[in-house]
Amino acid sequence: MATLRLRQLVTRHVGPIDLSVAAAECVCIQGASGSGKTLLLRAIADLDPCQGEASLDGVRCASVSAPDWRRSVALVVAESQWWSERVREHFDHGVDPVWLEQLGLPAAAMDWDLARCSTGERQRLALLRTLMLRPAALLLDEPTGNLDPDSTRRVEVLLDDYRRQQQAALLWVSHDAGQIERVAQRRFVLRNGRLEEGGPA
Amino acid sequence: MNVIALSPVDLTVSALLILVLAGLSRRLRLGVERQLLFSAARSTIQLLLIGLVLKVLFDNAHFVWVALMAGVMITVAGREVMVRQKRRFLGWRGFGLGTLSMFVSSFTVTVMALVLVIGTTPWYAPQYAIPLLGMILGNTMNGISLGLDRLTQDAAQKRQILETRLALGQSWQRAISDSRREAIRVGLIPIINAMSAAGIVSLPGMMTGQILAGTPPVEAVKYQILVMFLIAGGTGFGTMVAVSLAARRLFDDRQRLRLDRLSLPGS
Repeated sequence: MATLRLRQLVTRHVGPIDLSVAAAECVCIQGASGSGKTLLLRAIADLDPCQGEASLDGVRCASVSAPDWRRSVALVVAESQWWSERVREHFDHGVDPVWLEQLGLPAAAMDWDLARCSTGERQRLALLRTLMLRPAALLLDEPTGNLDPDSTRRVEVLLDDYRRQQQAALLWVSHDAGQIERVAQRRFVLRNGRLEEGGPA
Repeated sequence: MNVIALSPVDLTVSALLILVLAGLSRRLRLGVERQLLFSAARSTIQLLLIGLVLKVLFDNAHFVWVALMAGVMITVAGREVMVRQKRRFLGWRGFGLGTLSMFVSSFTVTVMALVLVIGTTPWYAPQYAIPLLGMILGNTMNGISLGLDRLTQDAAQKRQILETRLALGQSWQRAISDSRREAIRVGLIPIINAMSAAGIVSLPGMMTGQILAGTPPVEAVKYQILVMFLIAGGTGFGTMVAVSLAARRLFDDRQRLRLDRLSLPGS
């Protein structure tokens, strides 16, 4: 049970932003390219210096160590990044085989060479890598940006299960109106650095 | 010792080589003749000046003068490290990081050699202290500038990877560990190569100089081995210190990657 709360958050041309994402809630954010959606997520994950504050269940970001904060308020970037040769080397805590299967990946995927993985496979694996940290809040930057419709639906279902089982707060950046329709309880548009409730005008 | 003193005529003969080379460069349109002549003139003047300075210094072996000389050498080396960086740290750290690391490693190693190994009296005897420091400093400078350059370039190139690792809750130490290891390795390659090739491929300059000046080869070799190890120690420790300090500086107190602390490439 964790509520993610932003109070007067300002990062570069974005903000001030006030927003609260309740436990087990999924909030979607849309916005034109360059409107600052990624900047906002990065600021919440404490990857960029920013003003204002973010808190999880009343615990301020600044009061816990940065790695602890990032493990509980976890950012999944749009383009997955890898640094070792094999998939397995990127998973400190192994992987839940049920999740692998849910995303349409075989158990052998952990032994794959990253050089041979498709962009879509990497994106799904990167999502699992973050989910294995069991974050209380997820910051998702177009998590299905490189996926075909079937994989997209699988990811949506998995994230929906995770949200309900873990009572996680989800902040989801998406360009896909149909997806937002399917997953969001509330939706915002980021325009001129401010969040406006509702769909695009 | 039977040193054969060189006359100005002898040096003129060797200078002819440079002139011929410059003439060839002009004829083949290599475009390096100006640089060639300029750097030859520059090294002649610099070396003549340092010869005079050393003569005065040897005649007045006072600690203050030796320390002053060492200070000038390290400042110039620090500046050299700084200008060789494609992306250097902004502010005083651009200069201070390399200079501090060089100071720590080169001075420690030189003083250790003077006091424990050579045992000169006084321990700062300029005939030994200045050439030793010069050789150690010159090589440490190379190692540090290679290592720092590699680290900052690597961090800039792998920015997304580093931030993904941070976003996964890794500490900055773990996120940067691959780049740091690689940077230290790169800084150490030249001295490792020099040690492997010494005596077979190349006769190191110091030893050659001593032999030309009449020192028995075996004595010259002993000094060369000593100097080689001192250089390796100075370069190794200096590079480790510089790269570690720089890696720390790439992250702030909230363990964010701060590439804005580096200058843009080429500026």
